[in-house]
Amino acid sequence: MMLITCPFCGARDENEFRCADEGHIIRPEPYTDVSAEQWADYLFYRDNPKGLIVERWHHQHGCGLWFNVVRDTVTHEIKAIYEMTEPKPDLEAL
Amino acid sequence: MRYSALNLFREGLTGHKNWPHAWRSPELKKSYDVVIIGGGGHGLATAYYLAKNHGLTNIALVERGWLGGGNTGRNTTIVRSNYFFPESAAFYDFALKLYEGLSTDLNYNIMLSQRGMLSLAHSEHDLEMMNRSCNAMQLNGVPAKMMTAEEIGKRVPSLDVSKSVRYPIWGGLMQERGGVARHDAVAWGYARQASALGVDIIQNCEVTGFDIEGGRVKAVKTSQGTIHTEKVGIAVAGHSSVIAGMAGFRLPIRSYALQAFVSEPMKPVLDTVLMTPATGVYISQSDKGELVFGAALDLYASYAQRGNLPVLEDTVAGLLQMFPNFSRVRMLRQWAGICDVVHDSTAIVGKTPVDGMYINCGWGTGGFKAIPAGGYTLAHTIAHDDPHPLVKPFSFERFKTGALIDEAAASGIAH
Repeated sequence: MMLITCPFCGARDENEFRCADEGHIIRPEPYTDVSAEQWADYLFYRDNPKGLIVERWHHQHGCGLWFNVVRDTVTHEIKAIYEMTEPKPDLEAL
Repeated sequence: MRYSALNLFREGLTGHKNWPHAWRSPELKKSYDVVIIGGGGHGLATAYYLAKNHGLTNIALVERGWLGGGNTGRNTTIVRSNYFFPESAAFYDFALKLYEGLSTDLNYNIMLSQRGMLSLAHSEHDLEMMNRSCNAMQLNGVPAKMMTAEEIGKRVPSLDVSKSVRYPIWGGLMQERGGVARHDAVAWGYARQASALGVDIIQNCEVTGFDIEGGRVKAVKTSQGTIHTEKVGIAVAGHSSVIAGMAGFRLPIRSYALQAFVSEPMKPVLDTVLMTPATGVYISQSDKGELVFGAALDLYASYAQRGNLPVLEDTVAGLLQMFPNFSRVRMLRQWAGICDVVHDSTAIVGKTPVDGMYINCGWGTGGFKAIPAGGYTLAHTIAHDDPHPLVKPFSFERFKTGALIDEAAASGIAH
């Protein structure tokens, strides 16, 4: 069971949230120059790390805010929470 | 020693003290023709079919923990082939056919019980979609039939078929050949025969990296030393991305925890495998009398083999909706396995970006039923350096070309 601290609402039960895949995935552009490999990589391929992962979470049944979470996929410990517009933190330093 | 009534009698005369070990525990050699990573069902089956069908016996199978200790020993033991697309139907029905002959083939009782796999429809629309699935199965040569609510009530008397429940039963899709098999026995049976054919099974041996020269695999580095080899087969389910990372490529996979639950043993109450897409709950009763059930994935990435509380609550709620009379049943155990989920719920079997390295992954929540065919086709792929015809559509190519096999039936529910 995870307690997730929404940047707007504060600590809430994980039930209220939805995990929406890995964060900081940038859509390749312009589309005219995007190869099939690049497109497959963008759509389907993921790091899927055992350890720290950066994810986008959505406070679906709360304020509706989207934000980033750094979480350990083995212990489920949340190391950092930051807003969508902030850059990816240095995971080594966390 | 063969397992037979005669040998059982003979050993009984001497107090069963002389049965040999089911498989050897040899020392790891410096080099092998093939190294298989992963001692679950798929890895063991691959080693067995490489030796049996392709005459390759200089094989090491390395397993980080113990045989069948991952998803093979953690699933709800259901076997079925009620798939929609021709590619999936062909593959999974081949798996089921191998299961049907497996006890004899392996000389090991896998306790296959084809008690029927029944999926429920809860609305007119569900029923229409299910009729479509039933037709597709029949067109694909997989016997299936539709059942009415009345027939289902007779087949599963303890099921709540009243009209007033949240998910009333409108009918169902039955695959009579579906059922359950003893999961540990599948792993042990393959291990025993693979070992007898000369495969070295090395437990407690963790892969830590690879030697790759000019895009070709040369050696596997493990906690017990380096193994030189030209061919590597990977069958590590939820840890596929970790192993692929060591070899320098990424996979279209996300790892999620899938929970399973077992109740205290009870008198026989359920003699079929029941599944409802509405809540995702699937349930059967084991030969020991325990209710064995599960439902949806925990929907965030996880390598923790335990699972979360919200999904546990949803699963139990879904179960009690179907069987209110189970409300006082006590739970014995709960656990989770780490599933390698692919976007289109179809597995990946074939070559990787590294020459000489082959992979079997992406089974998601349904790897157990695929074990015999997964091993059979990966063995063929390794031996011929060319994918088996059954798994040609299951390659990495499909993510580039867009020829996805979007098989909702793989998970049984929409994840």
